[in-house]
Amino acid sequence: MSDNQTQSKTAQEPSKDQVLIQVNQLDSAYGERKILKGIELSVKQGEILVIMGGSGSGKSTLLKNMLGLMQPTRGEIIIDKMNINTVDKQQMLKLRRTMGVAFQGGALLSSMSVGDNIKLPLRQHTDLDESTISIMTRLKLELMNLAGFEDLMPSELSGGMLKRAGLARAVIMDPKILFFDEPSAGLDPVTSVELDQLILELRKAMNMTIIVVTHELESAFTIADRIAVLYDGEIVKTGTVEEIKACDDERVANLINRKPREVQIDGEKYLSRLTEGAE
Amino acid sequence: MFSNIEKLGGRTISVIEELGRLGHFLLTVVTSLFSRPFGWKELVKQIAFIGARSMPIILLSGLFTGMVLALQFYDVLARFGSVDLMGSAVGLSLIQELGPVMTALMVIARVGSSTCAEIAIMRNEQQFDALTCMAISPYRYVMVPRFLAAVISIPLLTAIFNVIGIIGGYIVGVFIKDLSGVAYMQTIIDTITWSDLRMSIVKSLIFAVIVIWIAMGKGFYVHLEKGVSGAEAVGRVTTKAVVASAITMLFADYIASSFLI
Repeated sequence: MSDNQTQSKTAQEPSKDQVLIQVNQLDSAYGERKILKGIELSVKQGEILVIMGGSGSGKSTLLKNMLGLMQPTRGEIIIDKMNINTVDKQQMLKLRRTMGVAFQGGALLSSMSVGDNIKLPLRQHTDLDESTISIMTRLKLELMNLAGFEDLMPSELSGGMLKRAGLARAVIMDPKILFFDEPSAGLDPVTSVELDQLILELRKAMNMTIIVVTHELESAFTIADRIAVLYDGEIVKTGTVEEIKACDDERVANLINRKPREVQIDGEKYLSRLTEGAE
Repeated sequence: MFSNIEKLGGRTISVIEELGRLGHFLLTVVTSLFSRPFGWKELVKQIAFIGARSMPIILLSGLFTGMVLALQFYDVLARFGSVDLMGSAVGLSLIQELGPVMTALMVIARVGSSTCAEIAIMRNEQQFDALTCMAISPYRYVMVPRFLAAVISIPLLTAIFNVIGIIGGYIVGVFIKDLSGVAYMQTIIDTITWSDLRMSIVKSLIFAVIVIWIAMGKGFYVHLEKGVSGAEAVGRVTTKAVVASAITMLFADYIASSFLI
């Protein structure tokens, strides 16, 4: 853990009773390949935390671990006072009903209409009658600016619409915690800003705790209360937007200033290696 | 030399791993049969897909199989002066063997391949992750209706194949080879016993489990396919599922026949 992170943690980390999600000393790997190393993270009730980092930094793996879709090799994740790696199946199912997840591509079930996708959690987990479910679905679709799209199939929606429909499904049960994977990826700037506004509106209206995984700087700076910067599987800095912008850690500064890693191509060396290979 | 042994070892390990994964998959599907809420709507949809929409190919293949069988048996039986036995020969061949096997092969081609591809695409598009995160078991919600629909539909399709095959044999025997229609049907009624029908039902149930299990299992683990991803991985697992289902089904046919005859 870097000095910056330690300093930031003392200044920014929420007190224990406010913490809703706590990640302790988390390691995660795909086979022999270690992806996450000693992740320490906490998220308090009602906060928007953005996990930011470049491609291959481990953002998606961290999200998968937090969602219980992947088992860590070490460490623990505590959500709402439950250790998701040791909790029994029934409790995990109960916990999942308090969480909503909006996936990068929407992840709508392709065999059913947009409306049926959004109704699915309500039909599976509540005894509400069909008319109430329809009203709730319409309200959420209106909130996402998707009114009238209920009967379309997912294949008939654009990328931005799919994300918003996925978000509507994620919040249909009014979850306590919302996870959002790459809200801006692949979207035009206007749609991207609209989604950011929607995230802020959701927090305001429902007091949700929101964890957003992104590599989009503008989006992160717009919505985040705090940002955790991931680099090569480690959190190198956690802090407010201002603290991240002012951070002098080279890895953070490079990400903020969009400075690429230096790639040196030695023409002669490349040619000689090619020749060696041919021989 | 050593590298070949290493390759063989690696392959053996990966085959054992895959068998373990598919075994665990089947076990989880079977245990999920009893979990609630049950997806009746999805079950009906899958029965329509696996059963009703397979009817045209079952009717056509059944008819032609029966007709070819009648031609072949007529030729053989005529050499021994026993053409009167053609009805029982066609009926027994269809009910004991060709009905279950041909139906399963047709279902593999039409349903196994599309089910495998559909499930693989669902995996690639994170639809199973989404279901899991919504506290909905993908096994209960996606696999169980397909599994039950196959177990209900394939024996019924087999029965229809058998009947249409016998009618195909009748058309050739009576209208082309001038055999007696009453004699054709009477020899079938006299020869076919309950144990022949039981063999047909048991085989079709076993084949139904094999076909749908391998199609769903291969698709479900598409992300573990080595060296490929995306559309290429979907194509590869679909081909593998079709080949593996057909081979496993024929192997199971031999085992089942040796116990049931």
